[in-house]
Amino acid sequence: MKRTITVLLENRFGAFNRVATLFSGKGFNLNSISIGETEDPSISRMTLVTSGEDKVFDQIIKQLNRLIDTIKVVDLSTEPSVIRELALITVHYKKANRAEIYNLCAIFEGKVVDITNKSLTLEITGPPDKIDAAINTLGSYGIIEMARTGTVALKRGQQERIYKTTQLPNHS
Amino acid sequence: MKKTKQVLTGAEIFFECLRLENVEYIFGYPGGAVLKIYEKLYDVDFLKHILVRHEQGAMHMAEGYAKASGKVGVVLVTSGPGATNTVTGITDAYLDSVPVVIFTGQVSSHLIGKDAFQEADIVGITRPITKHNFLVRDIHELASTIRKAFYLASTGKPGPVLVDLPKDIMAQECEFEYPEMVELRGYKPVYYGHASQIKKAAEKLRSAKRPLLYVGGGVIMSGGTRELQLLAKENNFPVTMTLQGLGAFPGTDEQSLGMLGMHGTYWANKAISNCDVLVALGARFDDRVTGNVNTFAQNAFKIHIDIDPAAIDKNVTVDLPIVGDVKHVIAELAAELNNTTDYSEWWSEINSWRDECPLDYEDNDGRLRVEYVIEKLSNITKGEAVVVTDVGQHQMWTAQYYKFVHPRSNLTSGGLGTMGFSVPAAIGAYFASPGKPVISLSGDGGFQMNMQELITAAAHKLPIKFFILNNSFLGMVRQWQELFHAEKFSFTDLSASNPDFVKLAEALGCKAWSTDNPREVEDCLDKAFAYNDGPVVVEFKVVREEMVFPMVPAGASVENMMVKRLNNQQ
Repeated sequence: MKRTITVLLENRFGAFNRVATLFSGKGFNLNSISIGETEDPSISRMTLVTSGEDKVFDQIIKQLNRLIDTIKVVDLSTEPSVIRELALITVHYKKANRAEIYNLCAIFEGKVVDITNKSLTLEITGPPDKIDAAINTLGSYGIIEMARTGTVALKRGQQERIYKTTQLPNHS
Repeated sequence: MKKTKQVLTGAEIFFECLRLENVEYIFGYPGGAVLKIYEKLYDVDFLKHILVRHEQGAMHMAEGYAKASGKVGVVLVTSGPGATNTVTGITDAYLDSVPVVIFTGQVSSHLIGKDAFQEADIVGITRPITKHNFLVRDIHELASTIRKAFYLASTGKPGPVLVDLPKDIMAQECEFEYPEMVELRGYKPVYYGHASQIKKAAEKLRSAKRPLLYVGGGVIMSGGTRELQLLAKENNFPVTMTLQGLGAFPGTDEQSLGMLGMHGTYWANKAISNCDVLVALGARFDDRVTGNVNTFAQNAFKIHIDIDPAAIDKNVTVDLPIVGDVKHVIAELAAELNNTTDYSEWWSEINSWRDECPLDYEDNDGRLRVEYVIEKLSNITKGEAVVVTDVGQHQMWTAQYYKFVHPRSNLTSGGLGTMGFSVPAAIGAYFASPGKPVISLSGDGGFQMNMQELITAAAHKLPIKFFILNNSFLGMVRQWQELFHAEKFSFTDLSASNPDFVKLAEALGCKAWSTDNPREVEDCLDKAFAYNDGPVVVEFKVVREEMVFPMVPAGASVENMMVKRLNNQQ
């Protein structure tokens, strides 16, 4: 079963690497990973999608928590949450099927962001299973290139601030 | 009024921090990237620098110092090869949770990433083998980083922390202030166990008919041995210990079942398989303890007390976890217990296993065996010594035959099983406990892995007793070859190539002698303990093909012990 975890990390040199090292060193599965800044510039948010048995998943959460640069780990599989991914997909088209592809794009609420005389690039946003469906459908036209961002996710509703932002005493 | 702060160089800040952390010893080796630090060290008098002969030696010395004293061990080495030579020792400290802070020199900031001379990405290399590590990128972060390093190494589940110091930063200047507090928002060790969990554990223990305490090194690290002894004595609980746990409860006490696991006692492993409530205290269900995890203590309700939440359910799924400092949790559990159960039936069962298969070896054929040497050593020292073992057969025989009575008197490489640990670790242990006899035990194989540190011991005239148990084999590997690998003794026979250990030790500045006669053992030991003007090396030439029993084959159930060699033809 796939599970989504969000990790608040110190926005510090090497913090991302610690998570990557943990996954490779312990042999945990990693389906996707994405990282970016949060509303607090000293903290970055990482979204991980992983799969494995419950026992392994329990270890993943505990080992992530054990890292010194990890401020908070939330398992979103058990929480109401918004989960999104963005994909850019370039497909072949012919005059005869161009309208068809435009229609499909509309069904997936996507946008055409580039066009040449042979190819169309579509931008599609949504939950990962929607992206999977779009890729499946577009596959028959011939996908030339594709890029996925990996999942980003937030818990629904307003969150209480769970982390202090106290800084170390200033030396200057 | 604003306090005026001193402007110091990086190297000066480095030593100011060490002074404030009460560092007494640095185990180190100079080199290009740490020249600025060594320049300053020349005038520093509040600590002593021990010059090693190899950086791995520095790491094990710091470990020995930390394990024997409970304080943080400190290592200082240069960049590149200096740093990479510490890697085995850092891994050793990580697996055995030893508080060590390692300072590595690094090439100057502008050269990082350029494949500069003696550059190694030691922060990258040690990421998976340290509790945490830092590269100091700004002199303003130097003091707070060192503060954090000592704090992280010594609190929670202890471990090695590495601080990488670029050369240019050691020469820069800034105002010095040592932060009183460290704020690490991602690091909040839990010290006090959950009250309702402790209550539940007490209830379970009260209703137990066959309880058993399974004690690991965490009890010693937390300083909870007194609490453990009270809990065990007041309730008449049997106590079995892991390799690292030996010393937490006196091995001379009737309630001690000795070590459990692969080379544990028959009765300890029987007790594990038959207990109805098992309390794991600061232990981590290591595979050398559990054998087959599915059959390990399968009849027992398992309670696991550990400071590391990730240790819970990692190897064996437990019924009742309590996350907290074992010292506190044991005290609270003991207060909650109020137990009057009579365990005499359980004890008579345990004692019948004790009689069924005692620890035993041949001692009538006039040939010298390691077991005999260890037993003599145990009788002579009565546990009033620090015993530092290496890895392999002699290590297991020490665990079986030496009666440890004090915490921090049993120093060994458990998790990583690092051959070459004993010689340097004993030197570190000596600095932590001057005045106490320090004994280093090694096989002939492991001894040769870090024997260069005898020079360090001789340089400081340390009265350490280095004992080599020489069977001219890599004995434990040979044992596995005999039992599980078709008796192909592939590259384990050292007899043709071993050096003359007496001459070697003398060349390195030690007193040395050798024996292969059991009748001379006591004399040899007495002589060694009587000489205190420097290091002594005694070689005991022992029976070559002796094996360690009982033995639980790897992955087998602990109940399926091999108790002796099937075809004993020695």
